[in-house]
Amino acid sequence: MSRYVIKRILMMIVILWCAGFVVFTLTYLTPGDPAMLQLGQEATAEVIAQRRAYLGIDQPYLVQLGRFMVNTFLRFDFGKSWVTNTNTMAELLLRLPRTLIIGLGSMIINVFIGTILGIIAGTHEGKWQDSLVMIIAMVFVSAPDFFVALLLILLFALKLGWLPPYGIETMAGYVLPIISASLGGVAINARQARSAMLEVIRADFVTTARAKGQNEKIVVRKHMLPNAMMPIITGVGGGLSMVVAGTPIIESVFSIPGVGNYLLSGVNQHDYPVIWACVIFFALFSSIAILLTDLCYAFLDPRIKAQYSAGKRKKVK
Amino acid sequence: MMAQTKKRKKTNPFLDFLKRMTKAFSAKLGVGLFVLIVLFCVLGPLFSKYDVNGIDLMNMYAGPSKEHLLGCDSMGRDMLTRLMYGGRYSLLIGICASLFGALLGIVFGSIAGYAGGKVETFIMRVMDIWTALPGMMLCILVSNVLGTGFFPTVIALTIGSIPGTVRMIRGQILTERSKEYIEAARTINCSDFSIMFRHLLPNVVQPVIVTTTMGIGSTMMMAASLSFIGLGIQPPNPEWGAMLSDGRAYIRSYPHMIMVPGIAIALTVFAINLLGDGVRDALDPKLRS
Repeated sequence: MSRYVIKRILMMIVILWCAGFVVFTLTYLTPGDPAMLQLGQEATAEVIAQRRAYLGIDQPYLVQLGRFMVNTFLRFDFGKSWVTNTNTMAELLLRLPRTLIIGLGSMIINVFIGTILGIIAGTHEGKWQDSLVMIIAMVFVSAPDFFVALLLILLFALKLGWLPPYGIETMAGYVLPIISASLGGVAINARQARSAMLEVIRADFVTTARAKGQNEKIVVRKHMLPNAMMPIITGVGGGLSMVVAGTPIIESVFSIPGVGNYLLSGVNQHDYPVIWACVIFFALFSSIAILLTDLCYAFLDPRIKAQYSAGKRKKVK
Repeated sequence: MMAQTKKRKKTNPFLDFLKRMTKAFSAKLGVGLFVLIVLFCVLGPLFSKYDVNGIDLMNMYAGPSKEHLLGCDSMGRDMLTRLMYGGRYSLLIGICASLFGALLGIVFGSIAGYAGGKVETFIMRVMDIWTALPGMMLCILVSNVLGTGFFPTVIALTIGSIPGTVRMIRGQILTERSKEYIEAARTINCSDFSIMFRHLLPNVVQPVIVTTTMGIGSTMMMAASLSFIGLGIQPPNPEWGAMLSDGRAYIRSYPHMIMVPGIAIALTVFAINLLGDGVRDALDPKLRS
């Protein structure tokens, strides 16, 4: 098992390197001279050349790339922001908790509410509960998160005045962002949990349990749920990276100074170190989420486990 | 023999598919709604008496009225007209990007699945790197490189949707390629190209059709998000996401400016999702009776 874990972690590191290469190349190819954008139209050619030398963007592509890779992956330093001249790493760490609160908060809502809805739908197949859940899921998955966010602001912040419309001065400011970030995930999880339940509901062991005269609640909780858990767990990792990738939009709607908003400001101001730092962070985050899901899966799935414990006592084909 | 061929001729696979698809009420609703929305966007502007970018300072922020059924925006432009024109962009971007993504995904996926060995490893590793950057990030970065406008946005969204299709097609081909009909094709000396595209592909393409139809909705949503944050389609061109972003500043006093485009996006994505579900059920061999 440990061999599998080590192999996956090594693969993740290589993939992150390549992702870093892709991000750097994309920013390198971005049209527009950052030095000129920062100094404005009136700057003389000499000043611009000086600025370019200072930022290091007058060097050839390979030199810049090499420096970027060494700084990012060996020194864990993205350099200073070209616009605000602050350390991007420090800024990133300062903003990180805000994005994580939104990401993890909506993840928890996704998993719990989505799974519960899915189980209700799955155990009542064809009845009104099923249709209701499926309709809710369909509506949730169809509504764009930024539109939902604006509607929530309109209703709960501007009309009712219960929650702040933007900013995070108080923890209450996180409620609306978390809800608007989670709706799509609730729908996806509900659909997944429902089909997972429908898969086991017809399994022989469920029929057996019922034939024994087992209480229906126990059939669901003890016999069906553990077996339906697998696809639900695998949905979690993908869902987490999806939620975090969606944060730039949500953070921009609610003006939350998180990592997503930082990325957007980097993109708008041609502040490349900020873009690098944010994108590498998002890539790292989603890689870890996928890695953890795969490990969960490998841990639960005897077939993958067997593959890597070959040579030991168990050798299952 | 004659009778057999005659019998076969009668079942047109496409009509058959349509019939199966529209059996469920939800799929019927999806198809109907989608057709209506397309007609609304394609033919609607012909009947509009307003210019899509015509500024009318007398009617700034005007609410819905008899002249302007859905009201006007911050420059007094008729929302209904802008909605119709904007829908053309939104729909076209969604459909084009999903289709291109599916096509490229099919090509790379079939090459990976059929070639195997080093080619397959290479393509799949590239896809791994590709997916390490979450879809939205990649779209933001690519459209930053390519600039704004229709084609750059389509390309940015296409790039985001390729890896999923590649993985799916490759997985399907791996299970199909050892089957007997492929062996038969090989023994009669079919070229690799013809085995790949004439024999393998028709047997593995079904799940891609389903995910592509479903994908149109999410691609449209992504395009709207891009214009919402200032990339994608640029003002004064009316795109639904851009219109929504426009109305954001006036949410307190003139909520109709976000309601109109927001509901339009949600309704269209809803229709496409229902349609996608219908396609899935119609193509699912388990549900065929």
